[in-house]
Amino acid sequence: MSEGALVLVVEDEKELRRFVRAALTAHGYRMIEASSVAEAKMLATSHNPEIVLLDLGLPDGDGLELLAMLREWSRVPVIVLSARGREDDKVLALDAGADDYLTKPFGTNELLARMRVALRHRASDAVGGEEKVLTFGDVSIDRTKRLVARGGQELHLTPIEYRLLVLLAEHAGKVLTHRHILKEVWGPTYASQSHYVRVHMAELRKKIEVDPSRPKLIVTEPGVGYRLREA
Amino acid sequence: MTEDHTRPDPDQLLRRVNAEEQREKRARLKIFFGFAPGVGKTYRMLQSAHDLREEGVDVVVGIVETHKRAETESLTEGLPLLLRRQTNHRGRALEELDLDAALARKPKVLLVDELAHTNAPGSRHPKRWQDVLELLEAGIDVFTTVNVQHVESLNDVVAQITHVQVRETVPDSVFERADEIEVVDIAPEELLSRLAEGKVYLAEQAERARAHFFRKGNLLALRELALRRTAQHVDEDVREYRAEHGVEETWPASERILVCVGPSPGSDRVIRAGCRLAAGLRAPWVAAYVESVERPSDRERLEGHLRLAESLGASVVRLEGLRVAEAVLSYARQHNVTRLLIGKPTHSRWLDRLRGSLLDEVVRGSADVDVQVIGSTTPTSAPAIAPSSEAHRAPPVHYASAALIVAVTTLLALGLHAVFDVPDLEVLFLVAVLVAAIRFGRGPSILAAGLGVASYDFFFVPPHYTFAVEDTRYVLTFLMMFGVGLIVSELTARIRRQERGAIRREKRTAALYALSRDLGAATDRAASAAAVAAHAAELFDARTFVYAPDVAGTLVSIASKPAGSELDTKELGVARWAFEHARVAGLGTDTLPGSRTVCAPLAVGSDVVGVIAIEPRSGRGLDQEPREWLDAFARQAAFALERLRLAEEARTAAVRVKSEELRSSLLSAVSHDLRTPLAVITGAATTIRDDESLPQATRAELVSSICSEAQRLERLVSNLLDMTRLESGSVALKREWVPLEEVVVAAITQIEPRLGKREVRLSLGPELPLISVDPVLVEQLFVNLLENAVKYAGESAIDVEARMESGAMIVTVADRGPGVASGSEERIFERFFRGRQVHAAGVGLGLPICRAICEAHGGSIRASSRDGGGAIFTITLPLVGTPPSLPPPAPEAS
Repeated sequence: MSEGALVLVVEDEKELRRFVRAALTAHGYRMIEASSVAEAKMLATSHNPEIVLLDLGLPDGDGLELLAMLREWSRVPVIVLSARGREDDKVLALDAGADDYLTKPFGTNELLARMRVALRHRASDAVGGEEKVLTFGDVSIDRTKRLVARGGQELHLTPIEYRLLVLLAEHAGKVLTHRHILKEVWGPTYASQSHYVRVHMAELRKKIEVDPSRPKLIVTEPGVGYRLREA
Repeated sequence: MTEDHTRPDPDQLLRRVNAEEQREKRARLKIFFGFAPGVGKTYRMLQSAHDLREEGVDVVVGIVETHKRAETESLTEGLPLLLRRQTNHRGRALEELDLDAALARKPKVLLVDELAHTNAPGSRHPKRWQDVLELLEAGIDVFTTVNVQHVESLNDVVAQITHVQVRETVPDSVFERADEIEVVDIAPEELLSRLAEGKVYLAEQAERARAHFFRKGNLLALRELALRRTAQHVDEDVREYRAEHGVEETWPASERILVCVGPSPGSDRVIRAGCRLAAGLRAPWVAAYVESVERPSDRERLEGHLRLAESLGASVVRLEGLRVAEAVLSYARQHNVTRLLIGKPTHSRWLDRLRGSLLDEVVRGSADVDVQVIGSTTPTSAPAIAPSSEAHRAPPVHYASAALIVAVTTLLALGLHAVFDVPDLEVLFLVAVLVAAIRFGRGPSILAAGLGVASYDFFFVPPHYTFAVEDTRYVLTFLMMFGVGLIVSELTARIRRQERGAIRREKRTAALYALSRDLGAATDRAASAAAVAAHAAELFDARTFVYAPDVAGTLVSIASKPAGSELDTKELGVARWAFEHARVAGLGTDTLPGSRTVCAPLAVGSDVVGVIAIEPRSGRGLDQEPREWLDAFARQAAFALERLRLAEEARTAAVRVKSEELRSSLLSAVSHDLRTPLAVITGAATTIRDDESLPQATRAELVSSICSEAQRLERLVSNLLDMTRLESGSVALKREWVPLEEVVVAAITQIEPRLGKREVRLSLGPELPLISVDPVLVEQLFVNLLENAVKYAGESAIDVEARMESGAMIVTVADRGPGVASGSEERIFERFFRGRQVHAAGVGLGLPICRAICEAHGGSIRASSRDGGGAIFTITLPLVGTPPSLPPPAPEAS
């Protein structure tokens, strides 16, 4: 389904665009390129891309601005590209509607994986259906029975842990910010109590990870949030 | 001063070379010198100006008084004129030389007529010659004119000749400063005929004096005076030449002249005589005064005399002593004075008999010092001041008290009359006089003596109740009472004076001591300046301000008393002048005397480090003595500020050296560590690009090494950036309440690929509270520590443990590697230090970053050897704030 998808790459570094183009075209994506906010706005409206790779530091404006503009009329998946150490920017971008982020430097595999996740979520949104049983690794969630099992062994989760896990599983592969999780699990009034998430996430990990000190399923994204690793 | 010598010694040669250089550099002063108004000085000056102009020299007319004489006026044509400064004084429009405009215009030569002119009130300097000195200082050559009667040291001689007192004078030092003196000379007859033709302009007052002044006899005498003064100047040049060129000294011995100065109006004559004598003998001269003056009017006159002496080139000394003659003579002996000048006494002889004659004592005690007695013309305007006026006048209440004492004594005596003989009662009255003398001074003591005599006579001396005296024996008693009164009151007055002097000196010494103590304790400029301001404010009873130049050279306030106040623009101008010219300026000085403040430069040698401004509450300028204090004060303050400046410089130099070292170690580390991965990447990439026949396995190998080297490079750059950010202090902690476990686990996840098979054992304890830290930074801390273990500890397992200990969380990261070399436990946290395995990758920034992160959280990190081998890093993170309550159970929902 992702074959042939049209990618808009908004990035001012020519070499980076070249590397991305090489990677994307080799995997059958079609690609249009913009090196500034103005150019990107034009291309986004005229070509209606299926996914956008957006660099946050652009010469003629803020990538966040472009993101906000896009979100006014489009649910196209947006993956933000940013440098390490700019965690705040990432969180801002995610909370403003970006689907995911990639920290430069990144490898082709990482890029393609993230793109796949983003495109799939868009597709599932489009279908609008919710699968009854979610599985990742050897963990399965039966949503109708509210049962979680690892390797066939039932796990006893508290209601919050269960909702955390379902939330992560629904967005498997995607990063979820603390704020997003709080809003979804506790409600909008708890948006700033990020330690709720941390404490419960630690408990959840102890239950579903084989070795909690080396988690394989729930990954902490430093300063940003959590991601459920796809199998 | 000048020693006997026939050949210049090397020092002298050096001085000569320096002097010559100085002279070449310094601006030239040319004086057109005349013996009377109307000889044509201005005319001659303008002619010279035209000559120079034709040679292409930049000549500008600063100010020239043509007095509407056609021939002079025509000469100003063709010369650029400087606009005059217009001032208004009491409704009269006055025109003055615009000094600032002249300084800004900076011509090669500036014409400034009438050197002796007095500037309009409110000008920067009271006298035009001071303007000229400033112009010269600024490197502008000046042509000027002056008449002989305006030369300060000849002032009284001229007055004697012409009976006209000239008020506007020019110090001899300015005259001596002239590089060239051109005598503008015409025959007195011609001058008189020009005067008759109305070609000579005379000011109103001169018009009145005309009858006196323009007499042939006068003119001849003035002309001779002018020529002689010029000859003296020429002689000076010859002497300088001789001295510079080793020509044998013609004067056999060095002379030193001491001039006794007092408040008496004749003193200025003595001073001028001293100046002339000193000039004639080329000897240094000293004006000495004995600290004894009490009356304000005398004090002012004395100050005037001292200023005159100073302006004539004397050095002024204050002497202390019980007797004037003794003080003067002891100074003379100590300083090898050869000639002593003293004024003729103006008081009557009997006073000398009574009190001893100063002149007599000096002459008798002078031994081999020549004493010259200078006559006084005693201007009729000023009353002759007897030296006896030293004692200050007693207030009426003292007289009344003295009378009361006598009355009490009389009553007492009447009471004791029955018991004691009359002659014994004398003693009672004597005691009364003594008490009056000691307590109330001379006048009341004389009154007490008089009343005592009268009362004693009236009540006790037979015949009683009359003032008649039967026995002449009592006359002696009366005289004795008077005598005792006089002598004791005089002695008391003297002791008082000494005491007052001692108190003043004590106050000054104490103030200077207190200042130096505070300056010693001050560790920075602001504190020293504040100490200076505070002590000066106390000592001078004034508001004080201390200014120093900033980097751009602008004066900025560094302290003041009361704190926080600043000088207004006008007073700041005074301060700036004092600062720039390294001279005292402002209230009561020669420069900008109309100001509210006295500004003294804080100078160390020729370096001016600041300026102190004193605004006396009295609104009056400082007298000689406080001025000396101010000098001492300014010197001490300057040294302190200079000392701190040097210390500061040394500190910044040390810091610079340190950062220089750091930069070079950074450069060497970075250049090695950045180049190695770059070399690998470049090599591998070019191989892949250029060699198409590469076996697949090799190709894969090369690609993976590109990837790993690129990652290494990325870590390096990240570390460098982290370090830079942490060091620059630009990192603001974003504290959040986190479980330690999450941070540690995130760190493990992040370096998972590099951990390989190494085991990481967590022992974090179930009861650990949440901790408020910046999760991103603390994760970085653990990443670095784990990486360090991976790098240095081989395949050994890594143990991470945590516990609570006295309000702090203690986390240890331990390995079983080779451990930390003893002695380098601290050094490994220094930047660019690398452990024993030098080949290990990294710039040696990992651990310094750890330390910076710990310290940013108010914690610490240390390394030590682990029991049983290996290294152990112990992190202490203090708990900040109260952990938030645990999350409420989430509302049940679908």
